[in-house]
Amino acid sequence: MAKKELLKVEGLKQYFPIKGGFLGRTVNHVKALDGISFTVYEGETVSIVGESGCGKSTTGRAILRLEEPTEGSVTFQGTDLTKISTREMRKFRKDLQIIFQDPYASINPRQTVASLLNEAMHIQNVLPANERRARIEELLETVGLRPYQADRYPHEFSGGQRQRIGIARALSVDPKLIICDEAVSALDVSIQAQVLNLLEELQDEYGLTYLFISHDLGVVRHISDRIIVMYLGKIVEIADKTSLFENPQHPYTKALLSAIPVPDPDAVKNRIVLKGDVPSPIDPPAGCRFHTRCPFATDKCRTEEPLLRTTSAMKGEHEAACHYIEEIAAGTMIEK
Amino acid sequence: MNEMENILVVNNLQTTFKTDAGDIRAVDGVSFTVPKGKTIGIVGESGSGKSITSLTILRLLASNGRVNGGEVLFKGKDLLKLPEKAMREIRGNQISMIFQEPMTSLNPVYTVGQQIGETIQIHKKVGKKEAIQQSIEMLKLVGIPSPEKRVKQYPHELSGGMRQRVMIAMALACDPEILIADEPTTALDVTIQAQILELIKDLQNRLGMSVIMITHDLGVVAETCDYVAVMYAGQVVEYSDVRSLFKNPKHPYTLGLLNSLPRHDIEQEKLIPIKGMVPSPHEMPVGCRFAPRCPVATELCHNKMPQLLNTNDSNAEQIRCWMFSDEWDGDSEVTLYGEKRTIKG
Amino acid sequence: MTKYIIRRLLQTIPVLLGVSILVFSLMFLIPGDPAQVMAGEGASAQTVENLREKLGLNDPAYVQYGRYLSSALQGDLGNSIRSGRPVMEEIQTRFWVTLEVAIYSTILAVFIGLIAGIISAVRHYTLTDVSIMIIALFGLSMPNFWLGLLLIQWFALGNLPFDIPFPEFLKMRPSGWGDTWRQMVLPVITLGTGGAAIIARMTRSSMLEVIGQDYIRTARAKGVSERVVIYRHALKNALIPVVTIIGLEFGGFLGGAVLTETIFAINGMGRLTIDAIRQRDFPVVQGTVLVISLLFVVVNLLVDISYKFLNKRIDLN
Repeated sequence: MAKKELLKVEGLKQYFPIKGGFLGRTVNHVKALDGISFTVYEGETVSIVGESGCGKSTTGRAILRLEEPTEGSVTFQGTDLTKISTREMRKFRKDLQIIFQDPYASINPRQTVASLLNEAMHIQNVLPANERRARIEELLETVGLRPYQADRYPHEFSGGQRQRIGIARALSVDPKLIICDEAVSALDVSIQAQVLNLLEELQDEYGLTYLFISHDLGVVRHISDRIIVMYLGKIVEIADKTSLFENPQHPYTKALLSAIPVPDPDAVKNRIVLKGDVPSPIDPPAGCRFHTRCPFATDKCRTEEPLLRTTSAMKGEHEAACHYIEEIAAGTMIEK
Repeated sequence: MNEMENILVVNNLQTTFKTDAGDIRAVDGVSFTVPKGKTIGIVGESGSGKSITSLTILRLLASNGRVNGGEVLFKGKDLLKLPEKAMREIRGNQISMIFQEPMTSLNPVYTVGQQIGETIQIHKKVGKKEAIQQSIEMLKLVGIPSPEKRVKQYPHELSGGMRQRVMIAMALACDPEILIADEPTTALDVTIQAQILELIKDLQNRLGMSVIMITHDLGVVAETCDYVAVMYAGQVVEYSDVRSLFKNPKHPYTLGLLNSLPRHDIEQEKLIPIKGMVPSPHEMPVGCRFAPRCPVATELCHNKMPQLLNTNDSNAEQIRCWMFSDEWDGDSEVTLYGEKRTIKG
Repeated sequence: MTKYIIRRLLQTIPVLLGVSILVFSLMFLIPGDPAQVMAGEGASAQTVENLREKLGLNDPAYVQYGRYLSSALQGDLGNSIRSGRPVMEEIQTRFWVTLEVAIYSTILAVFIGLIAGIISAVRHYTLTDVSIMIIALFGLSMPNFWLGLLLIQWFALGNLPFDIPFPEFLKMRPSGWGDTWRQMVLPVITLGTGGAAIIARMTRSSMLEVIGQDYIRTARAKGVSERVVIYRHALKNALIPVVTIIGLEFGGFLGGAVLTETIFAINGMGRLTIDAIRQRDFPVVQGTVLVISLLFVVVNLLVDISYKFLNKRIDLN
């Protein structure tokens, strides 16, 4: 089966200016995203993982132009979203929806669920007004709520239910791609599992594509087809799910995976505990951005930026950005 | 288990909060023991009462909270009956606590040294200079680089991981016998979480204290705890050693929790969620609190609350479930989250 | 720090320039010709014209403004039309009186306001809290002139509605402002009451917010006594918004409490301003407005600097 490109991100940069000085000039930039490229194919789930400040949420927001990206292109079904006018962009918002961590924050508390969904459909002109009520009730059933709950207010729902409302709102305009920005992170495990299952069912039913942004690698392994690992505004590794979890190549990915506590007291642990904190994205380290915390870093790492590449030991479209993939795999690198 | 080995025994603790919508029984019959030098985990989802339990132990409840019953025996004496002054001498000294949000748990207007030093000054009755000196030692102990410089810094100048280290330094400054860690790594990134958990474990080995680890993360429990109390809706539903909890979970809720957890270390086909949601604290079920969500709940479960009882297997294991009692009125074989179970009854 | 103060001082220049332009244009905005006013009702057109020429009122506005500004910078705000004395001199004598009242009133307001606010916050939702807040609401809504008159009736004239002995030293004449501190008591109480009420309310809400913070729980978990929790850990954080209010109050007092000064016959800035307005003494009006604005700017600067001492997170640069 040939894969069809849905979204292609190329060289995306997002610099946020830091104002300062006497006249409030721009004195520096937070380099939240510093040139990332990836492709999302139709019907798949691509996850972006990383720790706070790695730029994963910024990526989602830049794709939707919630913040105008500094540089690079975002091609959605052949159209570069960064080049079109805000007016034209509005039409694309129908195809590109986003679900946030806290749906409550993005919902007007004085609006009933029905009017919220109705508004979303009205803006995108999805259905004639007289057919919308039926559609709203259908949507609520789809996301596991009851049709009679349509006339309730957001505060009458629990966290998990609000997330279902968020999903219903996204679905109401028949989107092609849904960006889930930490969409299940705030939920308790038992509720999180319900919502994850729902997302999977909806994907099968409507052929949705997900760009799933999360810091939880358990969730990511469960839901993704492919995974992008980010560190300080750069992609360090990109691979299909199995390769990433079974055969990680980048030292950061390895450390990240080994750092997650395993819910099994008998699990064999080879934990790599990274030293120190993530450096500031204002003045990211030169060369490889991970070199300040990498146990293998050499002078080359400190000066020369590694590019995403693949080796014979990596299957499929697996790529990692490290100078010493082969050496580390062979065990010839000296660990500090 | 020998009574003397248990440094803390919590018996049938009851905590209520007054709210506009009526009283909430946030903690309703919580019992567990903390063996000396061991780590006990209290695990549960939001609203399970795990944090309130820890605040009740130290008597740090908000003004609308009240302890209605039970006892907290610390080395034999009931903390709930101590006068406030005696309680203050225990807080931060014999039992200390660290919290979830390192960002907001330190006072923004005092330096790190002033804040650690304050604990030392109160409990060790030493002067300011000596207190600062000891603060530097503590910062060194928790692995903060250049402690002489850090001691003069304000919390906002430190990263989240550093601040949690400062909190730990403050908590351990007086060599406590119990450290209560309330979601100590929830707000931190996973690589920093690994550092902090390793630090706590390392310090525990060196200083020989007991740890009460309050968390919602079953991975953290598996890695750090010796014993676990699983809480649901204000009650302990299962108490056992960590191995049996993960290898042979008994309570349907524990089993459900483990089955809903997406794992990064193994490939899972489909998650089996627990249906429904936690009951509202204002409308607690009369019977077993998990009954409305339990796949095998019977008449009995819905109408009568089960007690936390020792199982037949071992007396270190306690379950709050009718399935493990002689009164069980359901089938002798049930299917729980895809697993077949034979009930002894 | 010094750099910050210098920068802040430089930043006040445009503010003061703006104020001076506003003040200067007052002269053009209000009906009536200043020369006419100076010359008097019955003056001939020729006299007025001569006066206009002499005062430079026939020059273009920007020339007049330039002249006004350059002399203002040299401390010359012109002469009072009414008394003929330099405006600067008029303001100086009145300023010290107002300053004294303002300082004492602020001290009183801060003292009572802080204590009441803290007690209220610590015992929130109790009878004590409710009583303090009701009293504060009274203090806030009571007009100054009314309270002033009441105090004069009771204490100065001795017409107490109840029969209690009260200290002899409070018995004083309502008029005839002297320089003994005793005569300050009533005006200071009058002004301080409103200020205390505002500060009490602000302190209470600020304290309540801080008491709910995580670091207060941390302090308690350390074994710190409740007293120390309140005074050492909570108050310092809670003071930040309170300081702003104190600054505004003090600035307001400095600007002259017109009604209070009138009632107690205090020859302060407030009365100077009101009298000047009444008598169309434009140079004095301009001068007082300019000086009051300057004082406000200075007080605000002091407030901002005090932030730095209270809140370590604020980076002044």
